[in-house]
Amino acid sequence: MIRAFHRWPGLLALALVTLLAASGAVLSVFPMAERITAPQAERVMSIADLATRIQSVYPGVEQVKRSPSGRITAYWFDGDAPGSAVIDPATGTGVASADPNQVERWLTNLHRSLFLDDAGRVVMAAGAVAMLILALSGAMLVARRAGGWSHWFAPLRGPLSGRIHVSLARGAVFGLALSSATALWMTASTFGFLPDKAIVPEPPSTVSNATGAPLASMPLLATTPVSSLRELSFPYPGDATDVFTLKTDGGTGYLDQGTGATLGWSDLSGWERVSETIYMLHTGQGASLLGLLLGLTSLAVPVMGVTGALIWLAGRTGHPRIRNNVTPGRAETVILVGSEGGSTWGFAATLHSALTRAGQRVHIAPMSAFDPARFSGARRYVVLAATYGDGDAPASAKGFLDRLARLPAAPDAPLAVLGFGDRSFPGFCAYAEAVAVAAEDKGWPLLLPFDTVDRQSPQEFARWGQALGEALVIDLELNHQPVHPKTEALTLVSRRDYGQEVQAPTAILRFALPRLSIWHRLTGRGFARFQAGDLLGIVPEGSPVPRLYSLASGSRDGFVEIVVRKHVGGLCSGALMALEPGETVAAFIRRNPTFHSGRGRVPLILIGAGTGIGPLAGFIRANASRRPIHLFFGMRHPGSDFFYREELDAWAAEGRLSGLSTAVSRGARPRYVQDALSANHLDLVRAIREGARVMVCGGRQMAAGVTEAMTQMLEPLGMSPAMLKAEGRYVEDVY
Amino acid sequence: MRTILAALALTTALTLPGIAMARPVTLTTTLKDYGGDGAYLAIYVTDPKGAYAGSLWMAGTKSKYYEHLSDWYRATGGNAAEIDGITGASVGAGRQLEITLDLADTLFDAGYTIHVDAAVEDMRDSPNEVAVPLTTQGAGQSVQGRRYIANFSYGM
Repeated sequence: MIRAFHRWPGLLALALVTLLAASGAVLSVFPMAERITAPQAERVMSIADLATRIQSVYPGVEQVKRSPSGRITAYWFDGDAPGSAVIDPATGTGVASADPNQVERWLTNLHRSLFLDDAGRVVMAAGAVAMLILALSGAMLVARRAGGWSHWFAPLRGPLSGRIHVSLARGAVFGLALSSATALWMTASTFGFLPDKAIVPEPPSTVSNATGAPLASMPLLATTPVSSLRELSFPYPGDATDVFTLKTDGGTGYLDQGTGATLGWSDLSGWERVSETIYMLHTGQGASLLGLLLGLTSLAVPVMGVTGALIWLAGRTGHPRIRNNVTPGRAETVILVGSEGGSTWGFAATLHSALTRAGQRVHIAPMSAFDPARFSGARRYVVLAATYGDGDAPASAKGFLDRLARLPAAPDAPLAVLGFGDRSFPGFCAYAEAVAVAAEDKGWPLLLPFDTVDRQSPQEFARWGQALGEALVIDLELNHQPVHPKTEALTLVSRRDYGQEVQAPTAILRFALPRLSIWHRLTGRGFARFQAGDLLGIVPEGSPVPRLYSLASGSRDGFVEIVVRKHVGGLCSGALMALEPGETVAAFIRRNPTFHSGRGRVPLILIGAGTGIGPLAGFIRANASRRPIHLFFGMRHPGSDFFYREELDAWAAEGRLSGLSTAVSRGARPRYVQDALSANHLDLVRAIREGARVMVCGGRQMAAGVTEAMTQMLEPLGMSPAMLKAEGRYVEDVY
Repeated sequence: MRTILAALALTTALTLPGIAMARPVTLTTTLKDYGGDGAYLAIYVTDPKGAYAGSLWMAGTKSKYYEHLSDWYRATGGNAAEIDGITGASVGAGRQLEITLDLADTLFDAGYTIHVDAAVEDMRDSPNEVAVPLTTQGAGQSVQGRRYIANFSYGM
C-alpha cells in the first residue's frame, strides 16, 4: 500500500517535481550570494544612525528597507526623479543597483507559478503535495527496507538504481519534506487561506502637526537595532499630517515627525511570525546556509526520479500475463497470490491455466484483494504465498490477515495454502504458515493440508498439483516453466582441461564479460553485477531447458568462469565441453544470495570436492581483505583433477588463502574430504567456536558425508550443523 | 498593448442616494517598463478634506499584498468589502489598464481627488503614485506617475 502511495505520485508528477526541485536548487544560491555581497551593518548600529546617514546623503529619502540577508536598500526622490540603491550602512551611500535580479525573478516565477499566475500556483502546489507524499512514503519504505528506523543508514544491497535511489533518499528526504511542507504553507498564505494577514495599527487620530524632529531624537528609532529593521517609510515632504511608519521583525508602528513620539504600535501576530519563519525556511532568505542545503538536497530529486522509474520498470517485467481470468463473481476457483518479487505470480499463472484447461472457471487476484463477498460463486480457494523478510506479508498480500480476522465467519468453500520460500532462511514459508494457522483458527475447512515449495522447485510444485488434482478429482498436471531472463551470447576466451586420465573430463571455462547495456548497468541486471556463488544459466542449442552452473568469478574479475564436468549423455555439459575459444553459448545470470561469501572478518571454512571448487575458488580470488579462509578440497588424483592448483599457490602467497587441506580418493590410501576435516578436527572446532562460517559445495553424497563428520565434531560442543544452518553459518550449494 | 475593459455599473460608495445623475468615466493607466513583476494598483477617491471617500478599482487579487498599497490600506484597514466586485488582475510592466465606470456628477469640480497607490514585489512601495483633482476640465489630460505609472488620465 505504501509502495503504491510512493509509486503513483512519483510517476505522475515526475516532470513537475523535477522542475520544482531543479529551479529551487538554482534559486537557493541567490540568498547566499546576496548575503556575501551586501555590505552589513555593525552589530550595535541603531535605525536612527542608519537613517540619519542615508538622509545626509539622500535628503529626499522616502523608504529604507532591509532584506533578511542584511542588504539595505534606500529609495528617494531627487526633485522629481526617483532613485534607489543598495546602501553601505557604514557611509549611507549607495554602492550597487537596487533593481531586482532579472534571472532570479524569472526563476522565481517559473518555480512558483510556471508564469501562469494562479493556475500555475495551483499546479505547482500539486507538485509540492506529490513531493510531500513521496518524501513521507519514501521514508517509510526506507525504514521498512532497512528493517526499522534505527537501521536508517544500514548498508544497501541490490541493483545499482535501487541503491542510488535509496542512498540519495536517506540524505534528502528530510530536506524535501521540509521544502514541500513549507511550500504548501506559503501557497495557502498567498491564497489567503491562513489568518496571517499583516496587522497594521490604527492610524493616529492626532499628530503634533510639527515637522523636522531629528531622527536621533526619536526613541523608537534610537533604541531599535538595524538588525531588526524591515522597513522605514518617511513622511511626505511638506505634509505635516503624515507620519513615519516603522516595520521591524516585531511589529509595525507610527512615529510623529514633529516630536518623534511613538503614536501607535502593533506586534506581529503569532500567525505572521509562523509564516515569516516558514518563508525563511523555504527560501533561505535570512538562513542562506539552510537554503543552500535544501537546494543541494533537491538536486537529488531528478536522479531519484530517473532511478525510481527504472525500479518500477524493472519490477513490472517480472509479472506474467494472465489469460482468460474470469470475473470474481463467476469464479469457481479463486487463486489468491502473495508475491514480493513476482515469481509466485508465475506459479499462479501455471496453476490458473492448468485449472482452466481442466474446464474450470478460475479467477486470480492478489491476496490483498481478498473479499469473500466478491467471490459469491467460489467453490474453493487456493492461496499461493511467498514470505517477505522474516515472516512478513509479501507486497501483494498486505492486509490479508486483517481482512480474514474481521470476517464474521470463514467462507464455506474450502481452502488450500501453498507456501513458497527458501529453506536456508530461518523464516521459511513463515507467512504462508501464519495464513494457514489463522484460517484453521477461524474454522475455514481445508481442501488440502498446508504444503510448501522450496526454492521455486518445479518438481515440488508438480507434486502438490497432483495432490490438488486428486482432491478435485481431475487430472491436473502442473508443468511449471520458470520464465528465464533474456540470454546473452558469451564468448569462450580460454579453457583448461583436466580429468582425462580418470575418465572424468572436466574443464575450467573462461568467458569474456559481455558488453553491458546502460539499462543493465543502471538496474544491476544481467551481467552487470554478479559474484562467485551466483549461478550461470546455460541454454544449449536446440534445447529450451537451461542448466545452472556455480560461478567461479564475479563481475569485478572481468570474466565469467565456471568449472564443468562432462556427464555421460549430458546435452549441456557435452556442448560446453565441445566449445572452442572464440565460440559462443547463450547464457544468463541467476542470483544465489544464500551462497555468497558475504562481508565481515569471520573466518571462512570452504569445503568442496570436484567441480564444487568453482565458487569456492571464486571466494578466495575475491578475498582482497585477507580474511582467514581455509579450503578443504577433495579430488580423485592430484595429477588429473587438482583444479586451480597454480592459482591456489599464488593466492596462498598473497594471503588470500590461509590454509589448504586436500584429500585424494584414488590410489593406495583413499581419503575423502570428510577425512581431511577429521584430520584438522581441533583447528576446525576452534574456528567454529570463534564464529567461523562453513560453506559446502559439491555433490549430494559428499555433502552428506561432510554433515556427518561435522555432526560428530560439533557434538561435544553442544552444537550441530542444523544449529549453524539456522544462524546462516552453515550453507550448502549441492547438486 | 493589452487593454483591460471593465464595465462597472455603479460604485455604491460614490453614488449618493437620490441623485440620479451619473456619467460613464474611463480611467486609463499606462505603466512604465520598470523591469519587475505585475504591479498592484489601488485607485480611490478622497473628499475635499483629504479623507477617504471610496475605491474605484483594485488591480491585484491577493489581499495579503494590499498592505503595500499603504495609503489605501491605512485608509480602509485593508477591508475587502471596499473593493467588492471591482477587483481585477495586476498590471504587467509596460501594459495598460483601462476601466470604465459610472461616477456621480456631484463628485466633479467639488474638491475630490483621484489617487493611485502602486506596489511591485521586491521593489519600492509607491503610495500616492498619482493624485489628480476630479474636474471636468482635467478630463482627458494625462498625468505622470512618480515611479511605475507612465501616465494616467480620466475621460468622459
